[in-house]
Amino acid sequence: MAKAATATMQAGDSEPTSLGAALADAATAAVIALLLAMPILAYRSVEQAVSLGMEARWGAIAIGVAAVFAGRLAINLLGPRLSGPVGELFAALKSAIVRVFHAIGGWRTVLGMLLMLAMAASGAGKLSTPRWFDLLLIVPLAIGVWRRSPAWLFLGLALFFPFAPGASRYWIENFGILVLIYVMLGWGLNVVVGLAGLLDLGYVAFYAVGAYSYALLAQTFGLSFWICLPLAGILAALWGVLLGFPVLRLRGDYLAIVTLAFGEIIRVVLINWQSLTGGPNGISGIPRPTLFGLEFKADGGFADYFGLEHTSLHRIIFLYYIILVLALVTNWVTVRLRRLPVGRAWEAMREDEIACRSLGINITNTKLTAFSIGAMFGGFAGAFFATKQGFISPESFTFWESAIILAIVVLGGMGSQVGVAVAALVMIGGTELFRELEIYRMLVFGVAMVAVMVWRPRGVVSGRVPTIALKETRRIGGDLVKEGHG
Amino acid sequence: MTAGSRPILEVDGLGMRFGGLVAVDGLAFSAQRGQITALIGPNGAGKTTVFNCVTGFYRPTSGRITVQHDDGRSFALQSMPGHRICHQAKVARTFQNIRLFAGMSLLENLLVAQHNKLMRASLFTVGGLIGLPGFAAAERAAVEIAKHWLERVGLVDRADDAAGDLPYGDQRRLEIARAMCTGPALLCLDEPAAGLNPRESRELNQLLLSMRGENGLSILLIEHDMGVVMEISDHIVVLDYGKKIAEGTPAQIRNDPAVIAAYLGVEDEETAIAVTTGARP
Repeated sequence: MAKAATATMQAGDSEPTSLGAALADAATAAVIALLLAMPILAYRSVEQAVSLGMEARWGAIAIGVAAVFAGRLAINLLGPRLSGPVGELFAALKSAIVRVFHAIGGWRTVLGMLLMLAMAASGAGKLSTPRWFDLLLIVPLAIGVWRRSPAWLFLGLALFFPFAPGASRYWIENFGILVLIYVMLGWGLNVVVGLAGLLDLGYVAFYAVGAYSYALLAQTFGLSFWICLPLAGILAALWGVLLGFPVLRLRGDYLAIVTLAFGEIIRVVLINWQSLTGGPNGISGIPRPTLFGLEFKADGGFADYFGLEHTSLHRIIFLYYIILVLALVTNWVTVRLRRLPVGRAWEAMREDEIACRSLGINITNTKLTAFSIGAMFGGFAGAFFATKQGFISPESFTFWESAIILAIVVLGGMGSQVGVAVAALVMIGGTELFRELEIYRMLVFGVAMVAVMVWRPRGVVSGRVPTIALKETRRIGGDLVKEGHG
Repeated sequence: MTAGSRPILEVDGLGMRFGGLVAVDGLAFSAQRGQITALIGPNGAGKTTVFNCVTGFYRPTSGRITVQHDDGRSFALQSMPGHRICHQAKVARTFQNIRLFAGMSLLENLLVAQHNKLMRASLFTVGGLIGLPGFAAAERAAVEIAKHWLERVGLVDRADDAAGDLPYGDQRRLEIARAMCTGPALLCLDEPAAGLNPRESRELNQLLLSMRGENGLSILLIEHDMGVVMEISDHIVVLDYGKKIAEGTPAQIRNDPAVIAAYLGVEDEETAIAVTTGARP
């Protein structure tokens, strides 16, 4: 009997729960259940006379949520008071659930898994795609669970997005592609601002250099997108070095002002150099990318080759995967660079430039590599932007763009890849989602930014993970990590 | 004269002025190979200025600073770019106000110190990026060196913690370990015992004495804690108002009237007594 009592005490976290706390806890559980139930239970596809229709099932959600609330309340109130064999069974069950939960990687993984299963289960989307497309979702999901990393869940969602139910051309183009462009730009700027600690307010300049490089190279020399893409990156990197040289000695506010000016200079040159850039009229008719030489056109293109019916959606989905791959390459390179001496030197420079110098690190080279690699990713994104739009003009490369990209990096948490991706999704995706709010969405947006900065001053994901460990990797808190002074 | 018998560091006619202020004036001294040389003097005597000149943070107005390696190569530090002084002339330093990479782990701090070696091993990033095996091996070797120094300063258990999380005394030792990971021939320590309690200070003495002469390591240090200076120094150089007023062994300095006068002149009797008696102030 004494043994049973001990087990019961452990099961109930040692203290009998008060009614108020039990109710609050049950309410939290009910809210989580509601959030989870929405994507899974809320709608059910039913066959109607001519097409597929949706049937709302709010009743099912209400029952589910009520059941969770009642069950949780019962556990909270009765759990600690149970004794004897029932109490032991209860304790064993509880610890088993907790163990399973931890084994699959915590609530983020569970949430992602449920979301994905819901998407996979709800079947093919706009295109009549074969079911094996679900593998795009399920394989990363399996890897994510196996490696206990929520990042894979994001990857699965991103891979599956064009085929997800409800993903129309509008959503892929104005939500998916747009968000990914900013994810890539955010990751690119993250090298300069987040890792090297150099405040760059003119990042859009490299985006512009990349876009105009591709447009001009493609139109003047008739080069394909895949040849121009690396060239655009290299040209942008060169401009990064050019910017880097004059600002080597500058720090903080002074560096910010010079980079800001650099961004404006590029834009003003683009407006005024009429003979080369077309001035304010921009450049139109920029060639589209091809898939191993296959164009996305009505006759003799991609659709014909694969025996599909031609639709402009193919091109959009292709563009979506190009930018996804570009963004993933950016991420892969950045993550790898962080573990190389150059990446450690960037972070060390952000922490203390003088100490770096005393250890024999060439600050000039280190700063220039940070600028040029960040600029290169901006150039890639610019080339993609040009080919996606088919038309570019200096209007697309205003200071506002630099500010947005910097805001993504700062809100996401400087140096954090996942944080930057989340921030891009929320900031860019959010503005698209709330387009109906019209002018008020900017207000909502501003309030949200202030809120994040008040509650999480170091960004959504603060702190950093060391790049190497002797025994075990321990996360370093955001309060110790410096923002850099230049 | 063979390289072995020449001092590791020779400072000759060193002058440093900031506008109208003459911080160091015609200073000449040398630090012998495998010995601990201390630079002492009242506040404002110009010790840290000398340090900054030696380690390339200031470019001296006049004079020569020469480092002579075992293999006979010599380097004129007064005209070298700052980062080369550590990389090529093998002079490493610590700072009076500790300058660790606070947001990086201890191990990372010590790997950053081996930057140049690892940079070459990664073929200037290209090889490391595509995963050539040479870099992985070089990194393992660098980790071994880091581990060795963490063990020496007794911080190996905290290798994966943030450097900024360490207590003050541990941070001082970590900074010394970091400087040692650059593989220096001359280690310059700017007040290594400042802010240490008596026990930590004794441990520091032990550490410095054990490091001296190991692989031909020579140490140049600035210190206010006379207990440390008198106990571990082989040679002491005393500065006042940017000029050398005395140099010699601890016993000679203790009895030097000019030194006593200089320290009494700063109205800090305790320090003056400490100098003369060799006691801890």
